[in-house]
Amino acid sequence: MAQSLVKEFTKGLWAEIPLFRLVLGLCPALAVTKTCENGIGMGMATTFVLLFSNILVSMLRNIIPTKVRIACYIVIIATFVTIVEFVMQAYTYELFLKLGIFIPLIVVNCVVLGRAEAFAGKNTVMLSAADGLGMGIGFTLALSSLGAVRELIGAGTLTIWGGTPLFTIGHGYIPFQFMVEGPGAFVGLGMMLCLMNLIGKK
Amino acid sequence: MREMLSMIVVLTVLTAVSGGLLAAVKVKTEPQIEEQVLKFQKAPAIKAIFADATNDPIKERFNVKAEDTELQVFPSTLADGIKAVAFEAKGGGYGGPIGLMVGVNLDTDEIIAVRVTTHAETPGIGSRAKEDLSFVGQFAGMSMASNFDIKGKGGDIDAMSGATVTSAGVSQAAVAAQDLYKKLKPEIVKQMN
Repeated sequence: MAQSLVKEFTKGLWAEIPLFRLVLGLCPALAVTKTCENGIGMGMATTFVLLFSNILVSMLRNIIPTKVRIACYIVIIATFVTIVEFVMQAYTYELFLKLGIFIPLIVVNCVVLGRAEAFAGKNTVMLSAADGLGMGIGFTLALSSLGAVRELIGAGTLTIWGGTPLFTIGHGYIPFQFMVEGPGAFVGLGMMLCLMNLIGKK
Repeated sequence: MREMLSMIVVLTVLTAVSGGLLAAVKVKTEPQIEEQVLKFQKAPAIKAIFADATNDPIKERFNVKAEDTELQVFPSTLADGIKAVAFEAKGGGYGGPIGLMVGVNLDTDEIIAVRVTTHAETPGIGSRAKEDLSFVGQFAGMSMASNFDIKGKGGDIDAMSGATVTSAGVSQAAVAAQDLYKKLKPEIVKQMN
């Protein structure tokens, strides 16, 4: 039992890391990863939703009728997303302003619904919690690393938390602004995927 | 039949419970959210409107009440001794309510400036109402008795191209501000003296 718990937890961190291996949840990934900070914030919000929706879906898996399971999953997920939205507004308002519309859009994030459907609906509560937490942390890692790469190249800074850059590349560096704009997200993600595949082959 | 019943019962119970939970969370977080909105939305808007204020309008804010409408107002004394107030009114935009902070000169009933506060408009389209000051700039200097509708509806305000619904929402907020001002001005003046 303990062994499979660890296995379900760690698979989200590397072997099935959502963004790079499953290639799920691209909408928020492309839209919010302008800075590392945004990636971390979005990842944490998604982790919270993933963990609790997985737990609840798994708890109710024998009660929910199969024909309306998707509707039930969406209700559960939407509830947690709205809670996240209220809490972010109350305590991290600046981050809420930056992530804006993409917080409510976690409801339709394929990672969350995908884990509810593919995993939590068929497994025990403990395993589902481990899966949700692992996937969430993996998603956070993926978003923040993509955000860090884009921010470093596109703006020449690195922001971890609080809105002020942790460090800035020297004045001689001219930021390659393309990377923090929409198309740069695709290029950045493509390069990260390529890198992951190269490493994964060994 | 049994299956259908269970589907209905499960969905009903689930939605009811989550509705109740969300209501509880909303009640719990509301005061904190209001504080954050004041700090990050209203305060910067008021600072922009009353750039030359000699007092702290946010600290001196008070509530006025008349005919069962209550309003939070931010009084200010400008550098040239002019008394002014700012208050927020709401209009319906494309993605939800738009908050508009309106600063009015109490002596001449003229608008000093307006700024958009909270909104959920499309980034890059409707959100220009907040970022691009040329739209809200139109209101500056207008009398509170003017017609704040957009030109398409027979008013005096030029809408932003591509963002008509947002523009109309801001206009609607300005019209709402007009009503509030008409109703509450005597009370505001009374409380400021």
